[in-house]
Amino acid sequence: MQAYLKLDHIDKTFTRGNATTEVLKEINLTIDKGEYVSIIGHSGCGKSTLLNIVAGLTDCTTGCVLLENREVNSPGPDRAVVFQNHSLLPWLTVYENVKLGVDKVFASTKTRAERAAWVMHNLNLVQMAHAKDKRPSEISGGMKQRVGIARALAMEPKVLLLDEPFGALDALTRAHLQDSVMALHQKLGNTILMITHDVDEAVLLSDRIVMMTNGPSARIGEVLEVPLARPRKRLELATNPGYLKCRQRVLEFLYERHRFVEAA
Amino acid sequence: MSMHAIKAEATAVAIPAPSSLTTAAPVVTMTPKQAPRAEKYVKMARETAARVVPPLVVIALLMLFWELVCRRAGSTLPPPSRVFSDTKELIFDPFFDRGGIDKGLFWHLSASLQRVALGYSIAAIVGIGLGTLVGQSVWAMRGLDPLFQVLRTIPPLAWLPLSLAAFRDGQPSAIFVIFITSVWPIIINTAVGIRNIPQDYRNVAAVVQLNPLEFFGKIMIPAAAPYIFTGLRIGIGLSWLAIVAAEMLIGGVGIGFFIWDAWNSSHISEIILALFYVGIIGFVLDRLIAGLGKLVTHGTSVS
Repeated sequence: MQAYLKLDHIDKTFTRGNATTEVLKEINLTIDKGEYVSIIGHSGCGKSTLLNIVAGLTDCTTGCVLLENREVNSPGPDRAVVFQNHSLLPWLTVYENVKLGVDKVFASTKTRAERAAWVMHNLNLVQMAHAKDKRPSEISGGMKQRVGIARALAMEPKVLLLDEPFGALDALTRAHLQDSVMALHQKLGNTILMITHDVDEAVLLSDRIVMMTNGPSARIGEVLEVPLARPRKRLELATNPGYLKCRQRVLEFLYERHRFVEAA
Repeated sequence: MSMHAIKAEATAVAIPAPSSLTTAAPVVTMTPKQAPRAEKYVKMARETAARVVPPLVVIALLMLFWELVCRRAGSTLPPPSRVFSDTKELIFDPFFDRGGIDKGLFWHLSASLQRVALGYSIAAIVGIGLGTLVGQSVWAMRGLDPLFQVLRTIPPLAWLPLSLAAFRDGQPSAIFVIFITSVWPIIINTAVGIRNIPQDYRNVAAVVQLNPLEFFGKIMIPAAAPYIFTGLRIGIGLSWLAIVAAEMLIGGVGIGFFIWDAWNSSHISEIILALFYVGIIGFVLDRLIAGLGKLVTHGTSVS
């Protein structure tokens, strides 16, 4: 079977003047349709750069990204991104923020009324329909991120890219939102690539966890399958031996074999 | 049962409570009281007075001082009482028109305002356009910025002879002077605003695949709006400064020439009245742009 999303021999070097820094080295990864893959690593290892390369926001130096066997090298709604700091446009309402993408993606395929219904449908999916006329400054951080997710989902992306989507949230909100994303993944079957630095989050949500070595020249150190049945329940997993084993593996990788050397 | 009764009362007497608020409804019935309303008005009046009284007192004191100083025989400037008696006709009949430049103040002011409106509108359009270009393109910035930095230091009136030579007419020359005076702060502030658009917004636009025109209208202008309005506000102030000087030189109808004409005919009281109007209108223009900015950039502040 052909891979749905394929990262093929990706290298990335940044050049500033005479100094060149090799950030990513020989990244090979294939992701199947409907799979939830997390990339975990210490800060500065280039995982956000990798996500930006997949999103097309950054060019890779060599190698390529293949989506359904077609090379993608510019940003597009087929790889919608949920940004770490939500990136909602503050002068638009919640509704208008989601509508921005919908109007572009479905300009020719949906009527105006259908697009409006589709925006509301996606806001409903993340339980944010009630705040549709509010501006981002009037809603909480978790709500903003929900709207960010709705905006990305509404573009019907082939791959949903999550860039540390829960990083800026407090622990309780984060857990709540993780459950929501899990439910959405279950319901819609999206293919998701998520950047995270939270071990529990990675194990809870992912089918596979890609662990990256420390930069410079970060590589994929290890890929761990998470053989836990879905739907997963946070509380039940806390004592599940499979869960604990996965967690242990990731922790060992991050804190023993590839300990973060520099001061963060 | 009793719950329903209370609720019905609540909706009838006080604010209509949504039906889901079954427990909150009885609380609502406690709130309506008629007495505090009067108290509220008194409080409001007191607050207004606290803001209005100090400037009134200061103005009254200054007037008194002016009156005392200028009342003496041989004083070069008229006291406020003389200013008022001299310019009564101008104050109470601003709409007379006896042909030529012998018109009421309304016509002079409106002529000046029209010139400013035209010159300033062109400056706003050109300024935002060029500012966007300079803010967006490194090449345009490197090419144009040195030019702007030199040109913007040229005093407005220095442009007037050149524009008179080019246009051979007072009217377009005055408008050009207004334009060239107010365009620089608009360009520079717009450019700064565009340059400061967060990368996040650019990323969003890239993922959504907005075309350049949509990016300009939906991302750039709203994101840079606070900066743009700062530029527009400085610009309107400068153009009102420049119009009076320019009109003194080009003549014709306009508040600038009215002042110059009054000076030539030694009507000092008329000059003082005109200055008063110029000040008030400058203030109103500034407030107008500031208010417009507040309206447009509502909610733009980054959260």
